[in-house]
Amino acid sequence: MNCTDFLAKLTDYFDGQIDPELLVQVKEHLGSCHHCEVVVDTTRKTIDIYRGHQPYEFPEELSERLRTAVMNRCKASVTK
Amino acid sequence: MAVETQSTTEDLTDLPPEIVATLQAEPPHPDLELVERAKAGDTSAFEQLVRQYERQIFRTAQHITQNREDAEDITQDVFFKAFQKLDQFQGNSKFSTWLVRIAVNESLMRLRKRKTSKTVSMDQDVQTDEGSIPRDFAEWRPNPEQNYSQSELAEILRKTIAGLPPGFRTVFTLRDIENLSTEETAEALGLSVPAVKSRLLRARLQLRERLSRYFRKTKEGSK
Repeated sequence: MNCTDFLAKLTDYFDGQIDPELLVQVKEHLGSCHHCEVVVDTTRKTIDIYRGHQPYEFPEELSERLRTAVMNRCKASVTK
Repeated sequence: MAVETQSTTEDLTDLPPEIVATLQAEPPHPDLELVERAKAGDTSAFEQLVRQYERQIFRTAQHITQNREDAEDITQDVFFKAFQKLDQFQGNSKFSTWLVRIAVNESLMRLRKRKTSKTVSMDQDVQTDEGSIPRDFAEWRPNPEQNYSQSELAEILRKTIAGLPPGFRTVFTLRDIENLSTEETAEALGLSVPAVKSRLLRARLQLRERLSRYFRKTKEGSK
């Protein structure tokens, strides 16, 4: 397996959707290719950082304001 | 006294296939009951659904439009449209996936109306090979995000994801931030599973490449 083949399998590898035979080849490649090892490690960190640190706030005040507005519109449409 | 043994999977083999299918079927998603109650006129059931998914819908809209006011308007519109079209929800997909699909469509429509943006569809800017091949092979510091304050980090993450084409940004948001499955993401976006996988790979690689500027190890080992 070369780096291009490895890259083509990266999404399935991350998602754990790779068949066992191919997984052996992927792991062999990772053991021998430092560049791909770095790509896997830093891509995983990229995902983890975005999952762990939401860049957009959703404060309770906004949640309540939106929910009230939505429900007012819904109720008004029923009584029309 | 004879004690009845616990029922096992093997016990089912004596039952008619339709009964076995019913017994083995997954329990219905709790949202379905709320949807049915809402369809019957119970607005408090619908409010519960709003409460459960407003955060996800708001964040999805904000990631696509990159605009807070738009995201607020879209969130209201999504739930109002969903309420009006509840009868069209047949339960073939998750209620949340159905909502996300409405949110994506509303967000893209908003981008089209905003003349300042050239971006009008999920397909724009995704035909190039740019960013599909890693170029930066620097290792990152351990826990690199800890070298920044919360507000600095939020700014870095916002700037970085805003630089992606909307087609990539949306797939990454749904799959990796909102944790939809690949199949749910495909359904919400009206894309094939291979198309989602391809865009996800390129979104992840491009974000990685851009974040590397901030998180890579330096010679001094400091920020």
